[in-house]
Amino acid sequence: MSHFAHAAPSERVRESTHGRTPPTVRGSIRVGWAAYRRVISYTFQFGAVFAAFDTLLLGAWLTVRLTAMSVLVGLAIAVVCAYARMNGPRWAGFVVRCYVELIRNTPLLVQLFFVFFALPLVGVRFTPDEAALLTMATNLGAYASEILRAGVEAVPRSQIEAGEALGLRPVQIFRFIIFRPALQTVFPALASQFVLLLLGSAVVSAVSAEELTSAANVLQSRTFRAFEVYAVVLVMYLVMATLFRLAFRIAYQALFERGRSAR
Amino acid sequence: MRPFGQTELFFIIAALRWTVALSVGALVIGGIAGMLVAVARVQPGRLLRWVTIGFIELFQDTPLLLQLFVAFFGLGIIGINVDAWTAAMIALSLHTAAFLGEIWRGSLEAIPGTQWEAARALSLSWMQTLRLVIMPQAVRISVAPTVGFLVQLIKGTSVTALIGYLEVTRAGQLVSNVTLQPFAVYSVVAGLYVLLCWPLSFASQRLEARLAVSTRRTDPRAA
Repeated sequence: MSHFAHAAPSERVRESTHGRTPPTVRGSIRVGWAAYRRVISYTFQFGAVFAAFDTLLLGAWLTVRLTAMSVLVGLAIAVVCAYARMNGPRWAGFVVRCYVELIRNTPLLVQLFFVFFALPLVGVRFTPDEAALLTMATNLGAYASEILRAGVEAVPRSQIEAGEALGLRPVQIFRFIIFRPALQTVFPALASQFVLLLLGSAVVSAVSAEELTSAANVLQSRTFRAFEVYAVVLVMYLVMATLFRLAFRIAYQALFERGRSAR
Repeated sequence: MRPFGQTELFFIIAALRWTVALSVGALVIGGIAGMLVAVARVQPGRLLRWVTIGFIELFQDTPLLLQLFVAFFGLGIIGINVDAWTAAMIALSLHTAAFLGEIWRGSLEAIPGTQWEAARALSLSWMQTLRLVIMPQAVRISVAPTVGFLVQLIKGTSVTALIGYLEVTRAGQLVSNVTLQPFAVYSVVAGLYVLLCWPLSFASQRLEARLAVSTRRTDPRAA
């Protein structure tokens, strides 16, 4: 049965080309056909992957935890930076700008190598997990502070002036007038930045921090089923990213839309 | 152990050409594919639209590193003798196609529907409308985010170091291993990336500010 299934398409190709097609087309058909034969003759063994699926699930959980912690720390950095750029002294704004530009124009992987390999030379030593958390939090802090700043700038000038007229101090204006609407404006942008961080966290496997891609690397070297392992893990990331997006949409509704309809 | 001297420094700087080659190659191939993706995304046929949505989602919601691994090990199954360069090129091109396709789709859809109607009233075909009316306007909107994505792409090429492709980051790793001076080495590597990316980031911001003036409908600050 399967023999006929193999033979049929090639027969059809021979019929339809009828010897009139230029050799390049026929050649590429032959190459494609050979590739197709190789794929169907390769035995995919996902069994080995699913037998150790619990290690991958644990890895996925560690990735989620690492990302969530980085988001919390990174957001704190971002709020401080956005505030410093708005109300702080000039030198503070300059420092924040340098930090943001430096982080945004270098790859996460290089930042990770710097934290993990270079900082011990000046006396600060980290475990892989700490290095991963520190790198991801600093990375997110820079991007999120830029996003927050855009939100802060979108708050109407008159609102801030109204706050000043009521005698509020700059911190109070930031806290009571600017922060919430600014956060609401940029929440979708922040959410996609969080998802990017989740996906970017795969590179921290380069220093063997414990997360999903590291778990995949270990499983790959144990089973020698590289393609199967990474294909499954790819799908796991896809599911996690989708769930993250869903969670942020729910969070947005809970934070901003419910309050509004009640008012 | 070797000192971190001129030879080592030059080794890293020379590897910059592979970072650039990878970025430019992925930009060209991914750009052409991305254009097709964007057009497929706005054309009326439903099946093709769903396929491209799936393609974009798959590449935007999975890590570049895993895309690279799957390309690297998946091509081996087909029997093509994969080196790191081919795998990196394929993964980065597809990655670029998905992101640029999404950016350009957004730009195409940002053009008001009345433009389509006006072109139809002039009896332009769908393709003519897209080519002569919509695209010239969409280009203006898309320039800034496209340049912004280029920065993301250049930084993304660093991940290919993890499948052993010799570009700046990998060169840094190697030099750091023989000189045991990671602080100096990774500072240089980071500096090279800044040199490459910062002008583009700057250009993107300037372009955004300048082109926004003509497309902005209302001043966001006016309450």
